[in-house]
Parts: sequence; structure tokens; C-alpha cells
Amino acid sequence: MQDLLYFFQQLINGLTIGSTYALIAIGYTMVYGIIGMINFAHGEVYMIGAYTALIAITGLATLGIAWLPLVLIVALICAVIVSSSMGWAVERVAYRPVRGRHRLIPLISAIGMSIFLQNYVHLAQGSRNIGFPALIEGGFQFGSEDTFPMSISYIQITIFITTLICMTALSLFISRSRIGRACRAVSQDLGMANLLGIDTNRIISATFVIGAALAAVAGLLLGMYYGSVDPLFGFIAGLKAFTAAVLGGIGSIPGAMLGGLILGVAESMTSGYLSGEYKDVVSFSLLILILLFKPTGLLGKPEVEKI
Amino acid sequence: MLEVQNLSMRFGGLLAVDQVSLDVQEHEIVSIIGPNGAGKTTVFNCISGFYKPTGGKILFEGNEVQGKPDYKISRLGMVRTFQHVRLFGQMTVVENLLVAQHRHLNTNLISGLIKTPDYRERERKSLDRAAYWLDRVGLLELANREAGNLAYGQQRRLEIARCMVTEPKLLMLDEPAAGLNPAETKDLNQLIVSLKEDYNVSVLLIEHDMSLVMDISDRITVINQGRPLAAGTPDEVRQNDDVIKAYLGEA
Amino acid sequence: MAANNFRHALFCAIITLIISYPIIGFNLEAQGISVTLTGADTSTVVLVLLAAVVVFLFQLFRDQIMGGLKSIPSPMPKTQKEPMAENKRAKIESWVLTGIVVLALFWPFFVSRGAVDLATLVLIYVMLALGLNVVVGLAGLLDLGYVAFYAVGAYTFALLSQYAGISFWMALPIGACLAALFGLVLGFPVLRLRGDYLAIVTLGFGEIIRILLNNWTAVTGGPNGIGGIPDPTLFGMEFGRRVREEGNTSFHETFGIAYSGEHKVIFLYLIALVLAVITALIIRRFMRMPVGRAWEALREDEIAARSLGLSRTAVKLSAFTIGAFFAGFAGTVFASKQGFISPESFVFLESAIILAIVVLGGMGSQLGVVLAAVAVTILPELAREFSDYRMLVFGAAMVLMMVWRPQGLMPMRRIHIELRRQE
Repeated sequence: MQDLLYFFQQLINGLTIGSTYALIAIGYTMVYGIIGMINFAHGEVYMIGAYTALIAITGLATLGIAWLPLVLIVALICAVIVSSSMGWAVERVAYRPVRGRHRLIPLISAIGMSIFLQNYVHLAQGSRNIGFPALIEGGFQFGSEDTFPMSISYIQITIFITTLICMTALSLFISRSRIGRACRAVSQDLGMANLLGIDTNRIISATFVIGAALAAVAGLLLGMYYGSVDPLFGFIAGLKAFTAAVLGGIGSIPGAMLGGLILGVAESMTSGYLSGEYKDVVSFSLLILILLFKPTGLLGKPEVEKI
Repeated sequence: MLEVQNLSMRFGGLLAVDQVSLDVQEHEIVSIIGPNGAGKTTVFNCISGFYKPTGGKILFEGNEVQGKPDYKISRLGMVRTFQHVRLFGQMTVVENLLVAQHRHLNTNLISGLIKTPDYRERERKSLDRAAYWLDRVGLLELANREAGNLAYGQQRRLEIARCMVTEPKLLMLDEPAAGLNPAETKDLNQLIVSLKEDYNVSVLLIEHDMSLVMDISDRITVINQGRPLAAGTPDEVRQNDDVIKAYLGEA
Repeated sequence: MAANNFRHALFCAIITLIISYPIIGFNLEAQGISVTLTGADTSTVVLVLLAAVVVFLFQLFRDQIMGGLKSIPSPMPKTQKEPMAENKRAKIESWVLTGIVVLALFWPFFVSRGAVDLATLVLIYVMLALGLNVVVGLAGLLDLGYVAFYAVGAYTFALLSQYAGISFWMALPIGACLAALFGLVLGFPVLRLRGDYLAIVTLGFGEIIRILLNNWTAVTGGPNGIGGIPDPTLFGMEFGRRVREEGNTSFHETFGIAYSGEHKVIFLYLIALVLAVITALIIRRFMRMPVGRAWEALREDEIAARSLGLSRTAVKLSAFTIGAFFAGFAGTVFASKQGFISPESFVFLESAIILAIVVLGGMGSQLGVVLAAVAVTILPELAREFSDYRMLVFGAAMVLMMVWRPQGLMPMRRIHIELRRQE
């Protein structure tokens, strides 16, 4: 019984982390789907979202405002605005001028951007990790205290529900709205969409903004969940999210969700049954294996080499 | 020497090539013709190993080669050109020919590092061979130019020369006359015939220029919508009702 | 049009404010478990506002500014040069390189110990960058885990000396070969991946190796690293004050000169110099050999290369392995120079620095790589107060290089093979 509870505890932890990976992964998968490049700086955009949320929360606390829903909403809005602006600016400065050049050039530019943003926050806010207040505390407990109590905290439930809402909203947006339709058109054939009068630059910008906004949501949620942030916090999370995107099939939005959940569970199982030290090894190995044996991912479409 | 039996290639739901058979004998020029999108280039891609066919057999000199990796097929002596010329644009003309002789030069790294006499000898021979073929296609003057800066017709000829330095048994040309003017096409005509006559190379040709095809081909295979439509000598094909219908229907 | 321009400029300025003010304008300070927020000083706020104004003005007058910039004649006009001229240039480049090497041979005897030590580090970076240049610049494979092979070289020497008492000179080839072997084994499955996937996978490999080094405490000492790595010897002569190993003599006693710590530093520097020169010469030779042409051909048009009988895997693998080999070389020298290594020296950032050197140097160009290695290593040391900004500037430089001059500061001059007129 207690083994089973332990297992479920790992499963729940994994699904929680996994759903935030999925939120970040959307940014990778949408950008890749449309312009075929890896937005290496996306993890940093997410990190900046977490920092902004923390700054907003601390600022409100200094002003003496403590009503939880208000604090959360203000923090969320601030994080989304700053991260989206960052996403827009990154695309504008580092990617648009090199779009369409040899594959390596945008990638190197993206790596440069990632290093730049890491050090930007590092210089402004210091390199030490800073405590993130746990605004949502408490939870349900199952099982007795003296064996193994399985717990589902309210923050985990919040993370899960928020992710579901975001994903549903995104799917509706992509399938119903004008911009969403244009997004799909551009990802099918950028040149053709251009000829048909779609402002492709605008759509590409929109993709970056949407991805960054979702990353900011993840930043707030994960900041509260982990309880601290530091400037390097985006790098590994970004890699994980990219892994999730590839795992699910890059370019596919449901794939990002699926990939995120699988990766999260795989990691928490590793931490739970093996050692926390090796969870990164497991996720990187998973990435390598997927790319080697099924580079199109679980839900991706196969590519035919054009000659 | 080349025998294609019931070749099929399926991309998802699309059957691009359906049960195509053809053969090339030694000392022969065989052409594949057909309307645009008929699957001619796909047949080429299957034979040259870029695609793994989903059905059928490809025999080269009696051995099954379908599904073998592209570079191995090329090393067996089947070398191709591309519909859209593919040169190494930043390398010079002569370097393009040296790359093609890679396997003749494939000595180990150490002998190249210390420049053994054997290595020098091979290097010299490959330069000679490159010079010979450049002369043969009339590009010797341009040997040290960047290949990307050549005129289109010259690039086409360079691509053929690059195949020839590998000393192939079967040369596969994908629309070699596309984009050439009449004079250049005439030169090409003579070149292909001479490759067959003087160097004993068989040629498999995809071409839209009917006068060229009818002039030099020993036999012709016609494909329409991925399916074989007719095969035979130029005269037979010219008088085939199905072929006339397919072409007139398209026009 | 003007109104449109104005709106766009205003939008850009506001975005600039949004992305900089919250992050720069407020400081989070952790005091115990509580976090407080303080506003930044006025000068910082003024700077942020100034940045927004600059962005606004630039966007407003963008067309005029860009037009003005274009009308200035570029210092290096892009003209179609005949191959002859390019070969001449390559010759000049090799003369310059030779000159630098000769200067570098005598230079350490006239400067301070610290400067020589720093120069040794520069040379290690030169080796690393030349090796990575083969992979990225020549073969066009983006390797983000290059530092892993560097780590293999360094750890090989450290472990061999600790457990088997093997000397630097023995460890040098072993370390390099082991790194090459790693390159071969890791490269084999991943090299058929497309460019950007390859980059991510190599990054993953680099991280896996670092995590393993960090956690395999029993052998590698984990985060504490390995210390006491011996210095190289010169024909059995040691450079320490006292001889450590039976049968060796000490350098200062043999030559009857006073002991000086500088001897060791200079000796290590000279070793690094010789190895860097050897690396450069070997790679130069490779570039003219069939294997070098195959790398380039595959980079330029993979499909055409395959159609001519080049095996994609074999060609890429050769570049990957050779690159790894030189990283192993550099790793051994690094371990010997530091005397102590830990996984901290082999983080992803290190890979990024080496990549930055290659990119700044102009992918493929050797002189460029040397100059970039000097710039990247020495500039932050010269301006210590700016050393915090080093990585910030790096990141920005990588982006700007890709946008404005992807061919690097010193664009590669290809060494062409000439076809001479036959009699």
C-alpha cells in the first residue's frame, strides 16, 4: 500500500513538473513549426518571467497588499507583459535579420542571445538564488503519517489546472481565430502565405509573443513551486522543455503537452527511485534516444528529403 | 546491366511510382520520358539510393541494390546528375572534380600528412584526370574559377564531368538539357553520344527535349502518373497511341 | 508614412522600457528568508530612460541612419577576386602566422610570470578553437558539447597520474586518443541528425559527461575534483624545487642556475605553443587533403557529395573525431597547467566561449581564430572592472556577428588547389 502511495506521489510530482515543461515547450514547438529554428533564448524568457513575477509580488508586499487573488493576478500580468515584450524584442533583434540564412547562423545568434539574457539578469539581480514566496500553501493528504503520506498540494492543483486552461485556450485560438489560421498557413508554407497577403513578419512576432506569454505563466507557477529563482534557472528548464517538444513531435501542440508530461514523469520517477542527481542524465538520454530513433517524435509528421 | 523490376514508391497515401520496370544494357542510351510529375525523378532517386523503394527490385550487374545507401550505389559505378544543378559552389571547378575522386584518393590520413611519394603520385594522377575531363567538356580555361560563378550551361557540363571522373559504368542524367540554348543542346547531344562511343558508358536519361531524346536514345520508356505507359525504340514510342494521347491530353 | 514610423518608434521605445525597467530598475535583495525590493539609484533609471530614447530616435530615423551607413564605403570592399589573389592572401596570412609564432617564442623571457600564465591559457584556447573550427567551420557541424572532449583529455591525465603515475608526455597522446575515441563513439549514432538537432544532442552529451564527472565521486572526486597533477618534465628533468620522482633530475640543478618558479611557467608555455603550432599545421594540411575537401563538399551540398560516393557518416565522423582529438590535447595541457581540475571547468559556457572564438574568428580562418582567442581571453583581463560584463558582451557579440558579419572578423580564405597549365 505504501509503495503504491509512493508511486502515486512520484506520478503526481511528475505530472506537475511535466505540465509546466509543456507550457514552456509550446514556445519552442510553435517557433520551430513556423520558421524551423530552435529558439535557444526561450528558457531565458521564461526565467525573466519568473523574476518579473517575483519583483511584482515583492513590490505588492512592500505596498502592503496581501490579498492573494490580486497578488497572483498582478504578478501574472506583469510577468506576461515583460516576457512577451522580451520575446518580441528577441525575435526582432536577433532572429529576424538572420532569417533564411544558413541553418547554423540563427542558431548561433540564438545561443548568443541566451548568454546575453542570462548575464543581463545576472548583472541586474545578482547570481545568487532568491527565495520565491510560497503564496499557495497546504494541500490534501492521503495515507497515515507513520507510514507514507501521499500529498497533493494546492499549488500542484493550481499548476495543473492553469496549464489545462492555457492549453485549451491556445488550441481554441489556433483553430478559431484569424491570427491562429494565419499561423497555420505560415507554418505550412511561409512564402505562399506571404504571396496571399498574410503579413508573415507579424505572424512570426505573434508566435514569439504567445510562446513567451505561456513561458511567463510557467515562470510564475514554477517559481512558487520550487521556491527560488536564479539567472541560470531558465537554461536547464529550457533544455527540458525543448526535449519535451521533440519528444512529442516538434511543431505539434498536443505533442508538446504529451512530451512534457512524459518527461516530467520520467524525471520524477528517476528522482524517486534512483537519485535526484541523475534526473538530468535521464532526460538528456531520452532526448538523444528520441532524436536517434524517432526524430519526428510521438505525434510529429515524417519529413521527406527533397532532392 | 541495370534492371528495374516492378519498382514502387509510396509517400504516405501517394503512390508516386507504381510498378515501373526498365532495363539498360551495356553500351546503350535509354531515356525515361513522361509529363511533369510523372515520377521520373522519383525513379532516379530510388535507383541512386536516395529513396528506399517500397516495392520491387533493382539489379545492377546482377546484384540486388535496392535500399542500399546512396554512396555505396555510387561506388558501384552508377553516378547521377541533378535536375537542379548541384555543384560545390564555393570550391573551384577543378576542386569539384577532385572531390569526386575521393575514393580513388582515399589513402589514410598519415600518408597524406607526411606526403608520401605514393600519396603525391595519386594526387598528381587525379589532377591529370580532372584536367583531361575539363578539357573534354571545354572548361579547362576556367579550371581555377569558383564553380558557383560559372554560366548555367557550363555548370551543367561541369556536373557531367564531375560524374565522369568517378569512372562510372552507368551515367544517370536528370534533365541535362533543361535551361540550355539550342547550340548548347547540340553540344550536349554530341557529348552524350561520345561518352557512350568513346568511353563505353551506358546512359540513363530523363529529358523533356524530344528532339534530343529521339535523336540519341536506343530505347525509351514512357511513364505517366507513376505507371509505365510504353517502352520501345524511338520509332515505336513515337507511333504509340497511348503516348500520343498522354502527351496531347496534357497539352 | 511618417505617422506610421512615429508609431513604430514609440512602440519600440515602450518595449525597451518594459524589458529593461522592471529588471534593472528594481533590486531584489534576500535577507535571510525574506526578500525585499529596493529601487535602483537615479543614474540607473536615467540610463534606462536614455536607452529608450535612443531606441526611439534610432527607429524614427532608421532609414536615414541606415542610408548614411551604407554610403560610407566599407573598409574591405567586396570584390570578385581571382583565385590567384586569394592564394596570395593565404600566403600573407601564413607569413603573419609565422611571425606571430616567432615573436611568441621569445616573448615570455621578457614579461611577468602572470602574463606568461595567461598566454598559456590563450594557447589552450587557440588549440581548442582550431579543433572546433574543423567541426564547425570546415565540416559545418554545430557541436555544442565540445567541452566534453576537453574534459576527457584533462581527466585522463589527472586520473592516469593519480592511479598509475603516468607522466605528462605519456598522457598527452593517450588523452588525445581517448578523447578522439569518445568522439568516434558518441559521434557515430548522432551524426546523421540534421544540423540543429545535432547541436542539441551534443549539448546533451556534454552535460551528461559533466554530471557523471560530478557524481562519480569514488573515481573523479566529484565536485572536489582532482589535485596534485604533475608538471611536465624536460627529458626527465623536473621543474620543482625538489625532485618528486625517483630517477629524475631537477632542471635548475642540471644547468647550475638558481631555482625559479618562472622556469616551469615558461616551459609549460613553450609546450603549449609548440602544440598549438603543431595543431595548426596538421589542420592546415588536412584542409588541402582529400578529407578536407570532403568536409567542405559535404558542408556545401550534402546530397551532391553523397551522389559522388562520399559516405556522409564517415566524412562527418572524421571531422568530429579529429576535432575531439585536439580537444583532448588541449585538455591534457590544461590539467597540467592548473595542477587541479574539477567539473566546474567544463560547463556549457566553456563550449559557448570556444564557439564564440570560432565564430568571431571567422569560421574556417586560422589567423582569425588566433586573434579571436587572444581577444576573448585577454581583453577581460586587461579591463578587470569590466570582467563582469564579459559574458554579456560575448552574447551580444555573437548576435551582432551573425547579423552583420556571419563570415567573422577575418573571413576564411580558402586554400585553393591550382591546376597548372600542362605542357
